Amino acid sequence: MTKTNAAGKTRRQIYEDRLRRRSMLIAGGSTLAVFLAVVILVPMAPGWDRVKASFFNWEVFAKTFPKLLEAFKLDVAIFLWSAPAIVILGLLVALARDTRNPALFPLRILGAAYTDIFRGVPVVLTVYLIGFGIPGLGLPRPWNSPYIWGSLALILTYSAYVAEIFRSGIESVHKSQRSAAQSLGLSDADSMRYVILPQAIRRVIPAQMNMFIALQKDVALLSFIGPVEIFRQAGVFKSLLANFTPYVGAAVIFLAVTIPATRYADYLMAKQNRERS
Amino acid sequence: MAKIILKGVEKRFGDNTVCDGIDLAVEEGQMVCLIGASGAGKSTLLRCINLLETIEDGEILLDGEDISLPGLNPQPVRRRIGMVFQSYNLFPHMTAAENVMLAPRRVYKKSRAALRPEITELFKRFGLADRMDHYPDQLSGGQQQRVAIVRALAMKPEVMLFDEITSALDPQLVGEVLDVLRLLKDSGMTMVLATHEMGFAREAADKVCFLKDGKVIEEGAPSALFDTPKHPDTQAFLARALK
Amino acid sequence: MSRSALLSAGVLRPLGLDNAPLPKHVLTKQFKREEFTVFHKVIAATALTALTTSAAFAAGHCADGKTLTEGTLTVATGNPAYYPWVMDDAPESGKGFEAAVAYAVAEEMGFGADKVTWVRSSFDQAIQPGPKDFDFNLQQFSITEEREKMVDFSSAYYAAPMAILASAEAKDTAATVDALKALKWGAMGGTTAVPVLMDTIGPNDMPLLYGDNADVTAAMQAGQIDAALFDLPTALYLSAVVVEGSSVIGQFPADRTENPDRFGLLLEEGNALKTCVDEAIASLTESGKLAAIEAEWLQETTGVPLIK
Repeated sequence: MTKTNAAGKTRRQIYEDRLRRRSMLIAGGSTLAVFLAVVILVPMAPGWDRVKASFFNWEVFAKTFPKLLEAFKLDVAIFLWSAPAIVILGLLVALARDTRNPALFPLRILGAAYTDIFRGVPVVLTVYLIGFGIPGLGLPRPWNSPYIWGSLALILTYSAYVAEIFRSGIESVHKSQRSAAQSLGLSDADSMRYVILPQAIRRVIPAQMNMFIALQKDVALLSFIGPVEIFRQAGVFKSLLANFTPYVGAAVIFLAVTIPATRYADYLMAKQNRERS
Repeated sequence: MAKIILKGVEKRFGDNTVCDGIDLAVEEGQMVCLIGASGAGKSTLLRCINLLETIEDGEILLDGEDISLPGLNPQPVRRRIGMVFQSYNLFPHMTAAENVMLAPRRVYKKSRAALRPEITELFKRFGLADRMDHYPDQLSGGQQQRVAIVRALAMKPEVMLFDEITSALDPQLVGEVLDVLRLLKDSGMTMVLATHEMGFAREAADKVCFLKDGKVIEEGAPSALFDTPKHPDTQAFLARALK
Repeated sequence: MSRSALLSAGVLRPLGLDNAPLPKHVLTKQFKREEFTVFHKVIAATALTALTTSAAFAAGHCADGKTLTEGTLTVATGNPAYYPWVMDDAPESGKGFEAAVAYAVAEEMGFGADKVTWVRSSFDQAIQPGPKDFDFNLQQFSITEEREKMVDFSSAYYAAPMAILASAEAKDTAATVDALKALKWGAMGGTTAVPVLMDTIGPNDMPLLYGDNADVTAAMQAGQIDAALFDLPTALYLSAVVVEGSSVIGQFPADRTENPDRFGLLLEEGNALKTCVDEAIASLTESGKLAAIEAEWLQETTGVPLIK
């Protein structure tokens, strides 16, 4: 029988409570020390006043923030129509790369070349080349819109990454699952669709979420070919006001979206790791 | 004529010959047990019969028809030959019932509603009536393996292959799975087993084959093979296995 | 002479809608130059009035000890620098309007051509807080009240009207605001062209904005925009050399924008050199030297119709 004290705690619990209190004190103390150091020491730097006026100008922030928020709607819209296309194309490329059918061998090569090329070129270059290049062939309006071709550049680039993640997911499903499906007389296509893919997709959701967080940020690259989304709008304000604060405002808006999404992806990832162990 | 006939089946993985000229005949309704040390080629032989592996040489006949013909579509053959694996291989994202209904739905184009009574009967028969809507990770190893058997049976196969299906089970769960095999044998199913359960092989099999290094060293009725093994390799193996 | 003095004298009035009209005779080169002379005389006069206490106007002494490197004047321009502001991206040659202005200002302050060092900078580098690596920076920086809060500008060395570059397909558009509204517009995001475009034309469709001139012209060549707004010399250059078939279809007249865009030398906020630079520009204006440089490098800016 374990001895308990008045509070009904075992000596192990009392010991652990003490440990927990101590580590909380230390963590709180060191956090406070770092915070104070930043708050006190940074403003003591000789250039702080200039930096503050250029980057953290409240007046400029208040004036530009609503318009930045308005411009961010365009980022969200571009994200919303690109993301489903990326999922579909990424999945198709992953399947093309996985195909064993010799008749589809060219597709497999094409899939490999596609992922190599689009993962190897900086996104902004793809945006330029496709955004200006294809319309330059002489397409009539509205088919030469930078929204269409800029989005396509994002879709092509991100599908390449997303395809690779899907493929790693497909390969992570044990071969025995495919054997079991085949031994039941299921076709290769049905094995993939009903047995392999559902498991593969579930496994890569956290990784894919990180890709889509990156996509939301990279939507800003479309500003290079004309669309006035938040990054360009902030740049316009920066130029007119000779002040970098609008960029800080834009960063705040991005963070408001990406931090919760990143946290959620991390949570899913941790949950999955727990389940698998 | 025998249900399954193997003639000089050869299977290589690179330089490694796993089946080295295997001859075997399985009569309709017979239970044949393949015994031998790990790596003797038992599992590979079963996978070859189910066309999960292609063979380099030899023939595999099902009802006299060569199913090892290069270029033959394996899917219709696999529907006639069910297979159960050592590691169950249930689909973890589906309930037991969905696992069982998937292949009949896709291959025979039957609806869930049409299948439900039929498979409920199967689940009942194998003591799984209250486990139909559980996911695999909610089932014990023995229950999972029985669901895997039901899943193979739902395709109404003519032959069943069992690849060391009790090897991954805790000892106290082995019995419930072996009971299922007995039940199947009584119903007249043609079965080929790779197994380490010597007691079961001796009691239930119609024929036992001892494999070593990809060859059938000795085969015969269980009583003959277990009691009076002729080949020294068989004697050595049984001495170790029955210790 | 302080900046506020200049502002109150109406010389550095910021660009915007509320600006008063520019005299109509800006239309022709001859008149334009005359107008400029008048304009710069105002600067000079204001400067002189403000300078009554500082009799010492001797070049060379003013800048002593105020430059980045003693005895040298460090001048920044864009990377790359464009025609006709700098020829062949080589400011050291002194060729091109801004290159020539820089050397003239330097000389006025007592720095020979061999005492001028060039560096390159982007707009962002020019406005970022902290010490600068140039004494002054010229790359068609428009003087605006809001920018004045963050950096210093010299008095203006050039006043450029805004002009419309139209693509081959759109160049027959009537130069009226109503007709222009319907076009698909583009502009360089980081310039005063954006507010001018929004305020004076107010396009029906949201304009597309770009990072530099090259991208604006690429979009025009790709048929994504019909028209774009530039300062007049740049528009003429792009039309003649870069965008095939395009044309400068109009410039903003006096009654639309009181002041054309005024370009000033950009200096670090509070730079002591500003007085010297202003003096130099005032002196160049008075002597007619600035007008001569303009005549030499910015000749073709005439004959562009006004927008009604």
